[in-house]
Amino acid sequence: MAGIPATADLRPPVSQIKALDWLRANLFSSWANTALTLVVGYVIVRTLMGFIPWGVFNAVWTGSADECKAAKGVGACWAFFPANWRFILFATFPYEEHWRPALASVTFVFLYVFSAIRANWNARLVYVWAGGLALIGVLMFGGVFGLSFVATERWGGLVLTLILATFGIALAFPLAILLALGRRSHMPAVKTLCVAFIELIRGVPLISVLFMASVMFPLFLPEGVTFDKLLRAQVGIIFFASAYLAEVVRGGLQALPKGQYEAADALGLSYWQAMRMIVLPQALRMVIPPMVNTFIGLFKDTSLVLIIGLLDVLNAAKTAAAQPEWRGYGPEVYFGISLMYFVFCFAMSKYSQQVEVEFNRHKHR
Amino acid sequence: MRISLNDPVFRAIFWQVVVVGTIGFVVWYLIANTLHNLEVRKIATGWTFLDREAGFAIGESLIEYEPDHSYGRALWVGALNTLRVAAIGIVLATILGTFIGIGRLSKNWLISKVCSVYVEFMRNLPLLVQLFFWWAMFQDVFPGPRQALEPITGVFFSNRGIKIPVPAEHWVHAWMGLAFLAGIAASMVVGRWAAARQAATGEQFPVLYATLGLVLGLPFVVWLIGGAPVAMDWPVLRGFNFQGGLTMTPEFAALLVGLVTYTAGFIAEIVRAGILAVPHGQTEAASALGIRRGKMLQLVILPQALRVIVPPMTSQYLNLTKNSSLAVAIGYPDLVSIANTTINQTGQAIEGIAIIMAAYLTVSLSISLFMNWYNKRIAFKER
Repeated sequence: MAGIPATADLRPPVSQIKALDWLRANLFSSWANTALTLVVGYVIVRTLMGFIPWGVFNAVWTGSADECKAAKGVGACWAFFPANWRFILFATFPYEEHWRPALASVTFVFLYVFSAIRANWNARLVYVWAGGLALIGVLMFGGVFGLSFVATERWGGLVLTLILATFGIALAFPLAILLALGRRSHMPAVKTLCVAFIELIRGVPLISVLFMASVMFPLFLPEGVTFDKLLRAQVGIIFFASAYLAEVVRGGLQALPKGQYEAADALGLSYWQAMRMIVLPQALRMVIPPMVNTFIGLFKDTSLVLIIGLLDVLNAAKTAAAQPEWRGYGPEVYFGISLMYFVFCFAMSKYSQQVEVEFNRHKHR
Repeated sequence: MRISLNDPVFRAIFWQVVVVGTIGFVVWYLIANTLHNLEVRKIATGWTFLDREAGFAIGESLIEYEPDHSYGRALWVGALNTLRVAAIGIVLATILGTFIGIGRLSKNWLISKVCSVYVEFMRNLPLLVQLFFWWAMFQDVFPGPRQALEPITGVFFSNRGIKIPVPAEHWVHAWMGLAFLAGIAASMVVGRWAAARQAATGEQFPVLYATLGLVLGLPFVVWLIGGAPVAMDWPVLRGFNFQGGLTMTPEFAALLVGLVTYTAGFIAEIVRAGILAVPHGQTEAASALGIRRGKMLQLVILPQALRVIVPPMTSQYLNLTKNSSLAVAIGYPDLVSIANTTINQTGQAIEGIAIIMAAYLTVSLSISLFMNWYNKRIAFKER
């Protein structure tokens, strides 16, 4: 048996040295790979060597604007955040009442976490949301239970971002389902209207929708009737989100096997019965991951309300950074704010990936 | 036809009349309100304002523009600025995104991790924050022209923007552009001819090399004929600012960098998905047929990967174009920004927003039309 070497002649496999083996397989498998690793590694190390002394060791973490000024060019000015955090989070909300938007923000986060747990996906969820949103409304508006009334012009900061995104998606959702069903309808007039609305909104940037909401809505209303800027922006965001969400829902409707529609018809269910009991529960379940992605997109897009002058968390930070003594630390300010957005969005995107894996588990063998 | 809601035909007509009637009524009501409000506020509708003098200056323009030019021309300047940043952005984002998408699939752990981190960051941060970040880099970090950073010889970063050396103006450049277009036209003809010949005789023709040769070679030959001018226009510090070279204003540079890095994160995911979408069996089948590696990519893998890649890619291009409207936040004079100024100065809100929407819809709808055509062309032809 010439082809099989005797076991005694074999050297112990290198893979017994685990770390070395891993390095060889993943970083230094060939000359080209080794070169790439070294070049990229060098760039990373150089960047970190430039960034860490500035961003960590020489940075001013707490203190006044004067200390930041002294360290300018040598260290980052993270002290901006401890000094301005209340304005960034609550903006122009009355100072003594800051606990109200704080509690409202916590309620929002609670609602997100609660809805993310699959054991809670039942009818009770609707009541929890209704209760949560009512609580947020009371906290923000006040005027009852001895809370002083706060007009929406004074709302701002993180809670405004959360309000715009959450109400945007929650109220866009029913509209989106109607639009998606309308787009798949056999009635030509309904179908045309839905397609026109969806394509019109999807074809233009969100800014133009927000401009429209801020300067054209007042013209649409009868004389004497006004509604405030926040509500107008919210309506614009709802329209915008509903068009994108409608396309996501349509994806679910199309992915559902035709047999399900036919079975519903065969059972003699009416259109709305079939949709409510057979089609939508399956179709919507299928599109939960892309729906979360739409929500992430909307959460990021709420930052655009800055352009029509609402004080969302980004605009609050921008305004705080424009104070004379805090001028010149833009990179630090926007880096910090982007971390905040990142925490929210990254958590949601990880969640949607996890749900996707769970939903597709039956497909793996 | 029975007049009953249980009759499907009658029911369909009934509901459509109800829906159209309701929406028609709401629209009529809104229009009536609008007309009344316009009358009360004494705003004259119409497009005559486009001919009036704009009276504001625009920081950068591809065509000649002065404050005493009309609003119409100002809006046109804005539209060209939008197209400019979108066109350059699309090219750069595609290149960067493709590299990162392929990098994420790399067997090299470091490369794939770096690319993953990049994608996660870009996709989970609002574009507007990124734009402000780059804008602040120019405002707060980059020094004045006298202490400008010079990472590569001749390229300067300062708070006045980015300066790049460009080939000095020469009459041959225009001819090279023409030669480039002629090369594209010629390569299309060659492609047709090669396809027809292969269908008829089975002989193959190296279309890729011929195309590259024509598209790049023709301008090169023209350049040689023109005396091969190599003179460069270098940016030079004179007094307090640079002269010569190509200038990218801080607004343009921040917008471009932001759009490119942001969109590249999304494009990377599309490229990665497209490559992963080609089943491994296809590669194996191709090598079983004895197709060489290069040909395999060209004949088997790319056509199938592109079928997955192109539709979402065009929607990313569209997104980039729409996202360029965020320029208004950092002061780059794009269409939206100039339309906004126009609305504020003239009060012609309806017309101004109509112009913005019409412009973007034109781009969106033409890209959708192209997509439908392309999808039909590349769809699996099942026989």
